[in-house]
Amino acid sequence: MSHDPLYEMVIGLEVHAQMRTRSKIFCGCSTTFGAEANTQICPVCAAFPGVLPVLNTELVQMAIKTGLAVHGKIREKSEFSRKNYFYPDLPAGYQISQFELPIIEQGELTIERDDGSHKRIGITRIHMEVDAGKSLHEGIQGASWIDLNRTGTPLLEIVSEPDLSTPQEAGAYLKKLRAILRYLQVCDGNMEEGSLRCDANVSVRRHGHTKLGTRTELKNLNSIRNVMRAIEYEANRQIDILESGGSIVQETRLWDANINASRPMRNKEEAHDYRYFPEPDLPPLVITQQRIDAVAQHLPELPDAKRQRFVRDLGLSEYDAGVLTATREMAMFFEESVQQGAHPKTAANWISVELLGRLNRENLEIEQSKVSPNHLGRLITLIQNNEISGKIAKQVFDIMFETGANPETIVQEHGLKQVSDTGAIESIIAQVLADNPQQVQQYREGKTKVMGFLVGQVMKATQGKANPTAVNAILQDKLTG
Amino acid sequence: MTLVQAASLLRTRQISAQELTTAFLERIQRLNPIINAFITVDHEGAMQAAKQADARLNNGTATPMTGIPIGVKDLFCTENLTTTCGSKMLAQFRPPYESTVTRKLKEAGAVILGKTNMDEFAMGSSNETSFFGPVKNPWDISRIPGGSSGGSAAALAAQLALATIGSDTGGSIRQPAALTGITGLKPTYGRVSRSGMIAFASSLDQAGPMAWSAADAAMVLHTIAGYDPLDSTSIQADVPDYVNALATRMDGIRIGIPTEYRPDNLNAEIQKALTEAEQTFRDLGASLVPISLPHTRYAIPTYYIIAPAEASSNLARYDGIRFGYRCDDPKDLKDMYTRSRNEGFGAEVKRRIMLGTYVLSSGYYDAYYRKAQKVRRLIADDFHQAFQHVDLILTPTTPTTAFPLGDKIDDPIAMYLSDLFTISVNLAGLPAMSIPCGADQLGLPIGMQMIAPILKEDKLLSAAHAFQTATPWHQRKPEP
Repeated sequence: MSHDPLYEMVIGLEVHAQMRTRSKIFCGCSTTFGAEANTQICPVCAAFPGVLPVLNTELVQMAIKTGLAVHGKIREKSEFSRKNYFYPDLPAGYQISQFELPIIEQGELTIERDDGSHKRIGITRIHMEVDAGKSLHEGIQGASWIDLNRTGTPLLEIVSEPDLSTPQEAGAYLKKLRAILRYLQVCDGNMEEGSLRCDANVSVRRHGHTKLGTRTELKNLNSIRNVMRAIEYEANRQIDILESGGSIVQETRLWDANINASRPMRNKEEAHDYRYFPEPDLPPLVITQQRIDAVAQHLPELPDAKRQRFVRDLGLSEYDAGVLTATREMAMFFEESVQQGAHPKTAANWISVELLGRLNRENLEIEQSKVSPNHLGRLITLIQNNEISGKIAKQVFDIMFETGANPETIVQEHGLKQVSDTGAIESIIAQVLADNPQQVQQYREGKTKVMGFLVGQVMKATQGKANPTAVNAILQDKLTG
Repeated sequence: MTLVQAASLLRTRQISAQELTTAFLERIQRLNPIINAFITVDHEGAMQAAKQADARLNNGTATPMTGIPIGVKDLFCTENLTTTCGSKMLAQFRPPYESTVTRKLKEAGAVILGKTNMDEFAMGSSNETSFFGPVKNPWDISRIPGGSSGGSAAALAAQLALATIGSDTGGSIRQPAALTGITGLKPTYGRVSRSGMIAFASSLDQAGPMAWSAADAAMVLHTIAGYDPLDSTSIQADVPDYVNALATRMDGIRIGIPTEYRPDNLNAEIQKALTEAEQTFRDLGASLVPISLPHTRYAIPTYYIIAPAEASSNLARYDGIRFGYRCDDPKDLKDMYTRSRNEGFGAEVKRRIMLGTYVLSSGYYDAYYRKAQKVRRLIADDFHQAFQHVDLILTPTTPTTAFPLGDKIDDPIAMYLSDLFTISVNLAGLPAMSIPCGADQLGLPIGMQMIAPILKEDKLLSAAHAFQTATPWHQRKPEP
């Protein structure tokens, strides 16, 4: 699946992110996902006669945060508009959105391409709007059910510039955006559950041409993988049409992940004149510089800044820093381990190799790890203090991973504490030397390689608990002495 | 009997709230079949409220409104009491919530007798578009009472309540007040909460009192006004004591007389009544200043773009899905939408939905809606300019006195012109009042309109009170 090298793609993404506010955008109803149908509704979100919307200020805070995180311009005055259309799960007959004056404009984020180079992607606008309910067409023949629980859930619509040129870039953009939203704790970023949704606008043109081709809009892309596949498919479809002398129809197409293809939406489904006009029930939203400053002060460190700091201040490699800042949870895990006194590089190693390895094998997320960052940090500290060897530490880690117990207790209970007492080690070495005269002889004849065997014997005799540095030093001494 | 007089009798226990309520309910029972001012009469609820009012009057927790029987326009949602908005669409609608206006009235101890008739969704100037039949003007039952708060106006004129609540989008309190000889006040946009008031045109709708006098209106306004967190467009400003602010003199008050509101073809009797009113104001110490509101002539076209635009969107929720009228046996979704709305709405409502949908549609938005918003700003600026020089503005309320039923119902343009003098005020968001100032040859009431700057309801009420202290017009009542 690779497109014709004569052509380039022009891709823009529209992302809808459900905001994790406690209550809905214009009423006090809960936003919890998965409740019984129509149990989280009230006259306001069900659009009964005479009721009025009251804007959730928590949402405005989240929008400002998001705007700052993508270096956007936050409008001093923005305005809500009504987008009018009839649909059973849209109870008011209009969606309250922002149209002419969105809260945020002119943002950007930087993605890393497969070759390691960076690319700036413009964000045209971010606006607040209300989610619709759900229509359920299963069950009784000839009937549909409406669930309005989701009605009134706040959304941010984040619209990129058509700056993306490959499906991979689109994927990188989505991953980056999702990481930012999660770092800010404003969105779950779960595409399968629909808390993050993406539509893609795709067109193609011959390399060197500046005029944009006719675009199509792709919908129903419920994973990053599907976004990338659908774009690839669509670009190839458009190129085939152009190459065979045809022309592209501007239309909305639905992606079908089961057959890896898209089909045009029926005209009826998209032929809307939304008749936007300013929402008269809500005054313009005015945001003062003080309010922006206050939000800025509490903005968490974002992935790019964290990554740079990990490299610059903690001496991690670019690669490790990238892995450890991919999600907020991972970065927090790492930083908490380091806070326990673990050396950053060691902690990075343990997390990216041991912990992530095990988690991946068991198909778990880092949030589900029984090993807490605190415990992992303490485990590493035990190694650093020569209380256990690295090898023993792996045994301890396995037990931690299974049971969630703390490392000190495990070491204690399993008698795994490292033996550093030179007296004790000397007597074991004396015994090993006595038991292996042949190897001792070989060593003295210059076959110093047998040293490894002798160390192994000592470790075996101490069940790995002897301090290897001490063992080496004493053995050396005895053999050459 | 006025509200103020009744309040005094209740306070001194010369009459009980239950006696008062019973008397009004009996009068409603006798006269409402003729006047048709009430859509719903809540006997049980009213008597219950009267009983509680008597308890409060006895235990010292009463307010001046406690025990006062009132009527409420049928677009204020009342919990568990049918709220129809004058429409077949909501003929069976019983809201599970209370509007802020009625909640405040109930908390003050007022007794809600019932819900008053109105033009369907407040769209009309004659009360003939109501699904529940037209309201008759108590001065002459062959004539209309005005609209859309025609039921609230007629209920007062026929003495079926001591005060009523109306709503005013383009004149719907003031025009029927003028045509039925009562006092009606449209407050500043945002002075009274719109929460629970069924929307017609959100940026223009405002609730207000209708009463026998400015003093009565002051008491009611004091009860219902104020910021409401449930209405983001309500104004965060203290509510002054309107009753205490009433004066009997107008020394130093400058009253503007806009030339645009005295067209050459203005009804001669209305012209004469206004001229006499001007003299009364001079006698009270006010001075009259000619002013100009140059954009006045654009008010009606501007209004008939903005109001239907908002209405077309506000009324989209009546889709037959969650509440309200649903057609029988819909074939599919589209059929359900089309027939439920076609059968549930009357002709005037459908006309305005079409008009509003048209002016908002792509390709026409800039030419109509956006331009109308600009003109709206110019109209508001006219008033702001004028109020640099004057304290109040005086105009006729209506171009004619009450016209016969059926006279204009088939001529929308003629009907729309009934609101010629009232519409600019809504576009500018200003407070304005209509009070009686004369009668025509047939004895039909003539009203005059006073307009004040934003939030100057106290000045408005004070001037009206001074006028009513000096003139008897507000005391005229139709023959029973």
